[in-house]
Amino acid sequence: MTSDSANDLECERVTKRFGSFTAVDDVSFEIPSGSFFSILGPSGCGKTTLMRMIAGFEEPAAGDIRIRGRSVIGVPANQRNVKMVFQHLALFPMMNVGENIAYGLRCAGVAKGEIERRVGAVLERVGLPGVERKGIDQLSGGQKQRIAIARCMVLEPDVLLLDEPLGALDLKLRERMKIELKLLQHQFDTTFVYITHDQSEALVMSDRVAVMNRGRFEQIGSPQELYNHPSTAFVAGFVGDSNRWRGRVAGRDAGRLQVETEGGARLLCAPGQEGLAEGAEVEVFVRPEALALVRADGPVDPSANRLEGRVDSLLFNGAASRVLVRGAGDKLVEVAYAPSGETGELAPGDAVVLACAAADSRCFEAQPHSDGADPQ
Amino acid sequence: MSAPVDAIPSVGAPVKAGAQRKRDADRLALILLLTPFLLWIVLLIVLPHLGIGYLSLREKVGPRVYEFSFANYLEFLNEPIYWNTLLRTAWMSILVTALTLLIGFPIAYYIAKIAGRRSRAALFLLCLVPLWVSDLVRAFGWIMLLRETGIFSAVLQWSGLAAGPVEMLYNDVTVIVGLIYTVVLFMVVPIVSTLDGMDNSLIEAGYNLGGGRLTVLRRIVIPYAMPGIVAGCIIVFMLTAGSYLTPILLGGKNSMWFTEQIYNQFITRYNWEGGSTFGILLLVFTSLVVWLGLRLSGQNLANTVAKR
Amino acid sequence: MNVAAPQTPALKLAYRAYVLLFFVYLAAPLVAASFFAFNDSLFPALPWQGFTLDWFFSDSEPKLGLFHDRRLLRGMQNSLLIGLAVATLSVTVGTCNAFLFERRDFRFKGFLYIMMIVPLVIPGVILGISILVLASMTANGVYDRFGVELSFLRPGIPLVVAGQFSFLTTITTLVIAARMKKFDVALEEAALNLGASRLRVLLTVTLPFLKPALIAAGLVAFLVSFENFNTTLMLVGSDAPLTITMYDRIAKVGSTPVLNATSFFLIIASGTLALISVLVQRERKPGEAG
Repeated sequence: MTSDSANDLECERVTKRFGSFTAVDDVSFEIPSGSFFSILGPSGCGKTTLMRMIAGFEEPAAGDIRIRGRSVIGVPANQRNVKMVFQHLALFPMMNVGENIAYGLRCAGVAKGEIERRVGAVLERVGLPGVERKGIDQLSGGQKQRIAIARCMVLEPDVLLLDEPLGALDLKLRERMKIELKLLQHQFDTTFVYITHDQSEALVMSDRVAVMNRGRFEQIGSPQELYNHPSTAFVAGFVGDSNRWRGRVAGRDAGRLQVETEGGARLLCAPGQEGLAEGAEVEVFVRPEALALVRADGPVDPSANRLEGRVDSLLFNGAASRVLVRGAGDKLVEVAYAPSGETGELAPGDAVVLACAAADSRCFEAQPHSDGADPQ
Repeated sequence: MSAPVDAIPSVGAPVKAGAQRKRDADRLALILLLTPFLLWIVLLIVLPHLGIGYLSLREKVGPRVYEFSFANYLEFLNEPIYWNTLLRTAWMSILVTALTLLIGFPIAYYIAKIAGRRSRAALFLLCLVPLWVSDLVRAFGWIMLLRETGIFSAVLQWSGLAAGPVEMLYNDVTVIVGLIYTVVLFMVVPIVSTLDGMDNSLIEAGYNLGGGRLTVLRRIVIPYAMPGIVAGCIIVFMLTAGSYLTPILLGGKNSMWFTEQIYNQFITRYNWEGGSTFGILLLVFTSLVVWLGLRLSGQNLANTVAKR
Repeated sequence: MNVAAPQTPALKLAYRAYVLLFFVYLAAPLVAASFFAFNDSLFPALPWQGFTLDWFFSDSEPKLGLFHDRRLLRGMQNSLLIGLAVATLSVTVGTCNAFLFERRDFRFKGFLYIMMIVPLVIPGVILGISILVLASMTANGVYDRFGVELSFLRPGIPLVVAGQFSFLTTITTLVIAARMKKFDVALEEAALNLGASRLRVLLTVTLPFLKPALIAAGLVAFLVSFENFNTTLMLVGSDAPLTITMYDRIAKVGSTPVLNATSFFLIIASGTLALISVLVQRERKPGEAG
């Protein structure tokens, strides 16, 4: 049970039950110093419980949590050097900005002059110098966000936990805060553990992301790994957009699987997991941008999977524009398209062919029910 | 689930110890918080009422000698003046409650739905200020207004509407007017609070769907305000049935109010057994009316009275 | 256009007139009670004999003023003492109750919550006699068995305090619990997370948040205690509070303008306190949890 001090936070087989419900089930992971780690999952997946155990608001039923190599089991919340930015920030409304930030230092018994100096310094670092005397409700949403972070960072924590702090912000501000958070993390060079159900937040900011579902970690990896090489059907469905086909394995061929979909199409797929035998119920995932769209009479790479259909509608959304194509079995398929490109003059009703490489068509064992794993 | 836990014995023990400590602290905190509550409820509410219940069931058969009996209750039944007083109190209280609702509802509606933002706050405050003035001062004020040498009488004489001094105290109408005055605010306040939560678009939708004024009032506004109306009626009824000062001072010697009987038994005649019996009867009777009211309106005590 | 308002001008006018009449009705007895406090006459009756402040400040009979009337001053003092004691006790217990019902889960919680509300719907006279009965039975029992006289269980200020406390605690609990409902528990967790001890969290976060409700509940308790009559009447001993003293005067001596002066004083004092309690609760709005 030796601990590598290069890790700021380690969880080992952590489990938490509420009555007969297992909120966190045998979760293990470690976070190297100074990295930005996200836990991504749908609401109710146990990520908040996991975070509350790290902060000390809940005790695990089993397992160990180590901060800088030292177990914190049995250490009360107010003696752990793990600071937390709450979902609604939890800035104290009865105190001004300076008092909010000084709160932790006062608790630690830091001398008055020193408190003032450090509060000033941390406000400088988050880019809000001189706002000590302002009231909390005089701040904008983004400013509150930074004050909440400053309040934690002034205590120089080993790990900073962030519990969906961007959830309450409007879309524009949220986009800006993503970048700002990442910059702040660089600047403070502290380990950030970020909890979110928003995959784009997790992908943009993190060095590593853990995808959590039903109390378990499905996969831990870099954002690229999760996106390009999902290891479970849940991850494939939850991270990024995907088209899905249900089907049955009809044959094997040089590491590729021949899948016959419910709509009757045949797709050559890369198996996303081991042990998919012939006849197994599977689900095929294809990203909208992995599909190439050509006119019915256009040239198609012969080695690629080929799907025929008609344009149903065009969804213009700038760089994220989509074409909906109605294919075999009346299924709607989403295809990425550049509206200024050669497909620009497409119209609903046009006959088209979709092509995608076998390597980009991933199949996984079909899930009995797709709980919250719906891509949209 | 125990096998994987045992596989890491080094962490199992502190996990359990920490959880145990937390549970003990929680238990202690709960006991500390429950103690003042239980002391209050048991010593000042439950035991005292058991006390009067006990007193009401014993009869004095000699100096400091008592025995169990229903004599006090039988005496209540055998003495028409007692049960007449109770019936009269009940009837007047119900009448006052109904009149208070009739008078108070339009006021509450005006404050909640018609008055402008600023005048609403002012009106609400105006409603509250007399609320905090003692019963005694209010009753005293009515005496100043209505007695023979009072302001009303003087105004009537001065204007020539009356030839001599007019005594307006000591009759039922005055008692009712005074009682309504004492309790009307307890009707207005809860109704304002519930109507405040009603969106005007509900009324708009009512008209939009072709409802007339009365239909909208009957089918939309009143059902919405029901919790407030029930809360107001309960409080008003309890306050009226339990009031003492207003009927005594404005009704005079022949006001025949039940609380007066209780006071007389206790303080004047020093008959604590009789007084306790009357107390229990009043309590049972008012509880019965409140329970009936709650049943008929489909509300419950916690969400009507406590919501104020 | 306000759809909720009457639409025809005549109806509108009638409604306004009704509301106006209502407020006249509310004000009339208070004005009448105050009016004669300033009349330079030995009786609280018309005609108007000229303005005077004698009924407040005169120090000699026959127009002995309120502030020189020993018995009334004594009553005021008793009321003040009782009010402060009741306010302190009921706010303290009310705060504990608010924590108990808003923060804790325990067996029979629903039943105990109903029990908490019940004192509010028991007529004051009955609360008074029942506490009187229990206290006297206890005192008699102790005296018979041990020969010790427990004078605090006999009618007097301690019993009056107990009687008023018994139903005011429900009101303070409801006021404080309503504020507690708006409290975001994350604030306490944030404070703990920043290294504060449990006691420090209570003193620097939770109680400051509850402060407006604590002040308002205290003022309400004080006011209701000051004006209470029914419960007090049954429990009062020789140290009568102001309302009882005043009632005795009305019943035995008949009304004199000094009682009008007392009424005026009470109206002004309670009006001011009520206003403060409303303002204290108002002020919290901009500072709501973020």
